Amino acid sequence: MTHAELVKSSPRPQAWVRFLYFLRKSLNIFEMEMRKLRHEPTDLLTRAAQPFIWLVIFGQVLSGIRAIPTGESSYIEFMAPGVLGQSVLFVSIFYGLALIWERDLGIIHKFLASPVPREALVVGKGLSAGIRGFSQAIIVILLASFLGVRLNLNPFNILGVISIVFLGALTFSTFSLLIALWVKTRERFMGVGQFVTMPLFFASNAIYPIEMMPDWLQAIAKVNPLSYMVDALRTLMLPGSASVFGLGTDFAVLILVSAVLVWVAGRRYPSFVV
Amino acid sequence: MNIIETNNLTRRFGKLTAVDAVDLTLEEGEIFGLLGPNGAGKTTLLKMFTTLLPPSSGSAKVAGLDVVRNSGDVRKVIGYVPQLLSADGSLTGYENLLVFAKLFDLPRAQREARIHALLHMMGLEEAAHQMVKTYSGGMIRRLEIAQSVLHEPRVLFLDEPTVGLDPIARKSVWEHIQRLRSQFSTTILLTTHYMEEADDLCERVAIMHHGKIAAIGQPAELKASVNGGSATLDEVFAHFAGGEIEASGSYIDVSRTRHDARRVG
Repeated sequence: MTHAELVKSSPRPQAWVRFLYFLRKSLNIFEMEMRKLRHEPTDLLTRAAQPFIWLVIFGQVLSGIRAIPTGESSYIEFMAPGVLGQSVLFVSIFYGLALIWERDLGIIHKFLASPVPREALVVGKGLSAGIRGFSQAIIVILLASFLGVRLNLNPFNILGVISIVFLGALTFSTFSLLIALWVKTRERFMGVGQFVTMPLFFASNAIYPIEMMPDWLQAIAKVNPLSYMVDALRTLMLPGSASVFGLGTDFAVLILVSAVLVWVAGRRYPSFVV
Repeated sequence: MNIIETNNLTRRFGKLTAVDAVDLTLEEGEIFGLLGPNGAGKTTLLKMFTTLLPPSSGSAKVAGLDVVRNSGDVRKVIGYVPQLLSADGSLTGYENLLVFAKLFDLPRAQREARIHALLHMMGLEEAAHQMVKTYSGGMIRRLEIAQSVLHEPRVLFLDEPTVGLDPIARKSVWEHIQRLRSQFSTTILLTTHYMEEADDLCERVAIMHHGKIAAIGQPAELKASVNGGSATLDEVFAHFAGGEIEASGSYIDVSRTRHDARRVG
């Protein structure tokens, strides 16, 4: 039997075999991204500036005037999980820029001519965004504790926070890859990136409760994945904070949205090199 | 056995027919050169062989596998070095190889030995743990070639492997391609617009012009067929490509080539 016949006659592997393969390849891509990060770790530190500004400056000032109704918790407590959500959004939303850069260099071509599933290329990047988000979580938790925020530190809640950070990072970095796959050039990406980031942030529950918003904005906030992410973080991080949407809904929304985005991005990926 | 076989292979971009009804067969084990001015369709042809681009019509088989229906399987048996830079500058040379060894599922027990053998073969042992962004153009190309043969592909596609390299680096890349061939007898399909490269390296060449194969044969045969048998390969090329060797290339092509040259060089 020739090689070609051998390959053709081998039956399509079962779904779970293919899924395991997909996971392993995602982890390989993730490892590659981590190796890059290890060579260039300064990025992680400069990223610490943003949560610092929001929590220490913005948070402190707004805490003082008590303008925002945050129920039982103080404003700074209410805001800390929101700043974490926002930080994860910000570290993830420019991932597409790196993809355009890699396409311009030619790195992408080699991956697309290899057997690695396209979805694994997407998820591998998303996981590395998760690690960046995780480093932001450490910074936010340290800053918040320093500012006197009482945080729920039992292991299950911490595990929950980490999962939500990874899911959120996967969602927003994949969203960013989709923008890159759509606009194709760095210049247009910068424009669109700016254009979507601020609305995502302000039309969410990150720094004020949804009930404060006019109706039309509430409608947007309720389809914004960031709202579900922040809701989950708030529930998990603050002792005695009740979830608005329900923790199960938060997880379900993020898993569903990220899965759909990964699937679409995987399908659009090959068109990127044409 | 024919390792590559195409039948009326065609690719259109809007009104432009980049590859026009090409019928081409490559035998297992040969080094084949695709020559042609910029825009002749060489890269488009390679992108179809490597499954990056689906044909508009016609078909192509690589190692007996259809590039559309069996694209996933084709990707397992080919190696590809794109014209653009494909090694990752933010990793070391060793890491570039390690990542691909893992992506190609090389058995753990063989991985290190294989990586070191290739680093040795490509003369990159000493620079293995330096960041690729500190490499010279020739070193980057050698690393990319090493990367593309980690999984012992049956066909290796090299798209302008020496573009933008100085003559010394170019020679060294040739030597390494030849060494690779003598050790693994992989079929190699390369594109180039350097005549000497085709003359030195390739057993057979095809000259592409406006998306078609204008001439095909051994370099010696082609030389014998033009100007009463005394032609150089340059003259053969000018003959079949309509003397366009200088005139080719749009503004974009020129900018792209120089851009590559700057990055690689």
